[in-house]
Order: sequence, then C-alpha cells, then structure tokens
Amino acid sequence: MKLLFLVWSNLKRRKLRTSLTLLSIFVAFLLFGLLCTIENAFTAGVTMAGADRLIVRHKVSLLVSLPMTYGPRMERIPGVVSATHSTWFNGIYQNEPKNFFPSIPVEPEPFLEMYPEYVLPADQKQAWLQTRTGAVIGRQLAERFGWKIGDRVPLTSPIWPRKEEGAWEFDIVGIYDAGKKSTDTSGFFFRYDYFDEARAYGQGEVGWYYVQVENPERADEVARAIDAEFANSPYETKTEPEGAFAQGFIQQVGNIGTILIAILSAVFFTILLVAGNTMAQAVRERTGELGVLKAVGFSDGLVLALVLAESCLLAALGGLTGLGAAWLVTVRGSPVPTMLPVFYLPNEDLLLGVGLVVVLGVVTGIVPAIQAMRLPVAVALRRNA
Amino acid sequence: MSGQNGILVKVKDVEKTFRRGSEEIHVLSGLNLEVAEGEFLALMGPSGSGKTTLLNLIGGLDRPTSGSLEVSGERIDQMSGRQLAEWRARHVGFVFQFYNLLPVLTAERNVELPLLLTHLTKAQRRRHVHTALEVVGLSHRARHYPHTLSGGEQQRVGIARAIVTDPTMILADEPTGDLDRKSGDEILSLLQALNREHGKTIIMVTHDPHASARATRTVHLDKGQLSMEAPA
Ligand SMILES: Nc1ncnc2c1ncn2[C@@H]1O[C@H](COP(=O)(O)OP(=O)(O)OP(=O)(O)O)[C@@H](O)[C@H]1O
Ligand SMILES: [Mg+2]
Repeated sequence: MKLLFLVWSNLKRRKLRTSLTLLSIFVAFLLFGLLCTIENAFTAGVTMAGADRLIVRHKVSLLVSLPMTYGPRMERIPGVVSATHSTWFNGIYQNEPKNFFPSIPVEPEPFLEMYPEYVLPADQKQAWLQTRTGAVIGRQLAERFGWKIGDRVPLTSPIWPRKEEGAWEFDIVGIYDAGKKSTDTSGFFFRYDYFDEARAYGQGEVGWYYVQVENPERADEVARAIDAEFANSPYETKTEPEGAFAQGFIQQVGNIGTILIAILSAVFFTILLVAGNTMAQAVRERTGELGVLKAVGFSDGLVLALVLAESCLLAALGGLTGLGAAWLVTVRGSPVPTMLPVFYLPNEDLLLGVGLVVVLGVVTGIVPAIQAMRLPVAVALRRNA
Repeated sequence: MSGQNGILVKVKDVEKTFRRGSEEIHVLSGLNLEVAEGEFLALMGPSGSGKTTLLNLIGGLDRPTSGSLEVSGERIDQMSGRQLAEWRARHVGFVFQFYNLLPVLTAERNVELPLLLTHLTKAQRRRHVHTALEVVGLSHRARHYPHTLSGGEQQRVGIARAIVTDPTMILADEPTGDLDRKSGDEILSLLQALNREHGKTIIMVTHDPHASARATRTVHLDKGQLSMEAPA
C-alpha cells in the first residue's frame, strides 16, 4: 500500500498521455454499458417470459383470430392450469401515431393471475372488476402521459372500430408496478367484455391465448397436445413457449446481440492497443529508473507488481468511471420509452464490465511488466548513462 | 589507515566476460581485491577498463563469470536474484554519476524509496529521511522535485538516498563526473565526512586525480587487472 503513491506518481508523469488513454478507456466502457442496456432492452421480452407460459396463436399468423371457445377446451387438456386470451388492439392516443403503446383487451382476473409480475393494489383490482370501461396501465406509461387514476382516456384503433361513432373511451382505474426489474410497465390493459361488445365486428374472436402449464419441463408436450386438439379444424393453432414467441419477435428486428458484440469487440481491440501502447512506452522510457529501484533492493517480483498495478489502475480509473457514467445515464430511464420501455443496465453486465476492466489491466500490463521484471539491473542502469 | 580493521570486501580470482553476439569481451581476468572496513577506496582507470563492471559485482548488481566475492563473510556470488536484492537493500548504498533520481518524486520521496522495503512506520521513515537530508545539508529542499535542484543538490539527494538505510558500504560511480569543480568538491567533502565521521566504507570510481586524492587508498584498473598505489 505504501507503494501506491509510486504507481500514482508514475501515472501523473505524462499527464496528457495518461488523460487521453483514460478518456478512451472511459468512452469504451461507457459504450459497453449503454450497448448492454440497449441489448437488454431488446431482449427484455425473452427474459420477462415465464418458463411456465405458452402462447397459442393461429397457425398462419398472429393477425388471424381464434375463437373464444378454445379457452375452455384448452383448460381440459392434461397439464394445463389455465388459459386466457388477448387481442392486439393497437390503440393510438390523440390520433398521433407516435403516441403508441401496447394496448390489449384481457380478462382481468385470469390475466392478473397469470402475470404476477404486474403488481396491482387489491383495491385497484376490485375497481377494475367493477368498472366495465376500466383500464389498468403500467407505471411508465402513466408517467409518459401524466395519466392518473380517474382520468378518462380516449383511444382510436385502426384495427377495431366501434359499432358507434367516435373513439374508444377508457377510465383509468389502476396503475401497476414492476414485480421484476425486467418487467415492462408500458402496457395498457382493458376489459375484453367491454371491447367485444362494442367493437363493430369480430365478436367472439380473440388474438391469441396465454396458457399456464403445471410443469415447465413438460411444456413442449403440452404444446403438442394443444396443437393436436385443434388440428384439422378451421382454426389450426401454433403453440410455443412465451420466450420463443418473444425471441421470434426480436429476430424480426435483426440479431441485435451479434451486432453489439461485433461493435464492442472492435472497441475493445482498439482500447487494448491504446492502453497497451501507453504501458509499453511507460516502461521503455523508464528503464533507468527501474534499474534504480532494483539497485536499492526492489525485487524482480515487486517491479513486476508495480507495473501491473499501474496498468490495472489505469484500466480501473477509466473503466469504472465509464461504467458508472453508463449506469447514471440508464437510471434516469429510457430516452425512448416508446421503443425501449425496459431500460436498465443489468447487474450481470455490470459485473462483466468490471471483469473486462481487470482483463484490460492485466493484458495491457503483463508484457511490459514481464520485461521490467526480467531486465538485468546492471543493463538497466547503463541505459541512463 | 585501514589495516587495523577487518576485511569487508574480498574479491578473489574474479573473471567477467561479456558476450556480444559471437564475440567475447574479457573485461576482468583473475582480479583480486580486498577492501577493509572503514576504507575510502578510489578506483581509477581508463574508460572501458571495467571499473563500473567491478563496482557492479561488489554491489551485487551483477554476477562474475568465475571467482568469488565475499562481503562481510557472505558469498554474494552464490546468492539468488531475490537474495541479492534483499542483500543490496540492507548492505549497499549506490551513488550514480547522473544521480538517477526519480523525476516524479520529491527529494524526500526519493530518499524514502529504499525505506519502503523495510518494516519501518511512516513516522520512523520520515525521521530517517530527515536525518539523511540533514547530513547532506538539504533539509530545506525536501519538498522540491529533482528538476528544480542544481546538479550538486541532486547528487546530495542521491547520497542521502544511499545512506538513509545506514548501509554497510557506499558504492559511488563517478559521483562528481557530471559536476563543476566547486559542486564536485562539496560532494567529495561530504563523502569524506561520511567516511571519517560516520565510519562508512566507500568505494568510489573516478577519472579525476583531484577526487582520488580525497580517498584513503587508490587502485588502478587496466587490462582486467589491478595495480596498487601507495595510500594517499
Ligand atoms: N552488458 C554488457 N554487454 C556487453 N559489454 C559490456 C556490458 N557491460 C559492459 N560491457 C563492456 O565492458 C567493458 C567495460 O565496461 P565498464 O562500463 O565497466 O567500463 P568503465 O571502466 O566503467 O568505463 P567508463 O570509464 O567509460 O565508465 C566495456 O568495453 C563495455 O563495452
Ligand atoms: Mg563506468
């Protein structure tokens, strides 16, 4: 510890070079943090997915409806705990396409049971059951439009017009919070019975079913049984785990993960060269001084440790502040809540970042450190003369 | 003179050969030297004769190709690198021609450097550093960085660093080689005082007869061999 000031003084030797290196490390780790957050935002649906939930949709497309009567039939299949349904409503606020968010008619009780990660106070749930036009919205959505309980919100849907003229009217009766960090709170859920009765056509149809299974390990088996049940009917089904469903959705956006890894690899390769060069120069220009240290009794191992400590300190100063900055940016919430509602830097990625800081420090320091260690003291001292 | 004291350094049949590619350079061949405790020995000789090489061997910075080196009864030529480093820290203080101070550290931090390897507390280290700087007459420059000091002052910091651990001997390689006459004389007086008043054994390489005149004995190195001279 008493040698730390020596390491620190050496870093201060070339202030400009050290600052520039620190800056590039900082930027690299800031980028790392932000890209991880974005990647996580895109894949949140997959991580949010419950292993015990299946999604049943029409074999042809998500946009083709299924009959309401399928629900009870599914619940009779062994291994199924419950089945409930949703429909894509595509509600838009104030006729402004950018005011878009997931809006979905559901059956309140079974839906809330199946999604315990949507945390809704009991009295608000009661209010929802008693209010036919009631809607329950996520915290993030509520903040986005400043909606409160008691507000009346008109939405229009390009898919589902009402029988009568005018927009759909909903009364906000509840605001749900995230039960998990990865829970999306940008949703707008309202009652299916109100929706079904008031829509111009499509009565008795639903978009897709959520099915909860008893044993996640047997989910595949149950999925096959469901599809078999409705085979050769006018509405054949395709059943998949919720995770796979979300995954398929993401793949339409492109393979975000691969792109991000490619970018980050390039960034880290560059940073490795920058920091590695800084350390190599730092040791080369200091040969005579290393000789002095050894002459006064510093062992080869200690000299190795000092150089490594310097590269690790460099990596830590730049890297940890970069990660910290990324974290600060992300705790302020999503800059584009419409596109990426779930926006946070996961702890695993933070840990991975800290691991990368250590790797960077060791990899950039190890070669100069070994050179410094092996340097014969008599030779090093001659370098000064 | 040194006769009444014990022998501190015993160099016996030492050979040192450097290899430069396929070429072998025989710098020292069968060299013998004894240095008594409390001596102030001047080592002279033409450039390239191997003075620095010999000093490095005595100071445990390098190993002989053959022969033996004994310092206070310890065979330093047989020590491992690690043992040698420890031994240097306890027994040798080096003074260099170009001072070799670390430019990023203040004078007192430079002097403190060898003490960082000891178990002394911070307060104890501070006390030792101040004593050493006082001995060389530079307490008032403790917080200065090397580049703000004159050559003579830098060399005095170098000497303070060499004596701060109270080593068995001081090895100085042309300590006045880069200084003007006046500063050089001050450094020589300082070394002389360390030898006379503090009983430090000093081996000093020099080209300057003026400097060797301050020593208690002078030896000449030429063609890998030593030739003695009468004590000054
Ligand atoms: N590591 C080395 N590799 C090869 N040759 C070396 C090495 N160190 C010293 N020499 C050679 O050994 C010889 C003696 O060198 P040394 O530095 O001991 O001489 P010196 O008497 O101190 O000279 P000067 O008065 O110029 O300082 C020189 O020819 C030098 O080139
Ligand atoms: Mg020399």
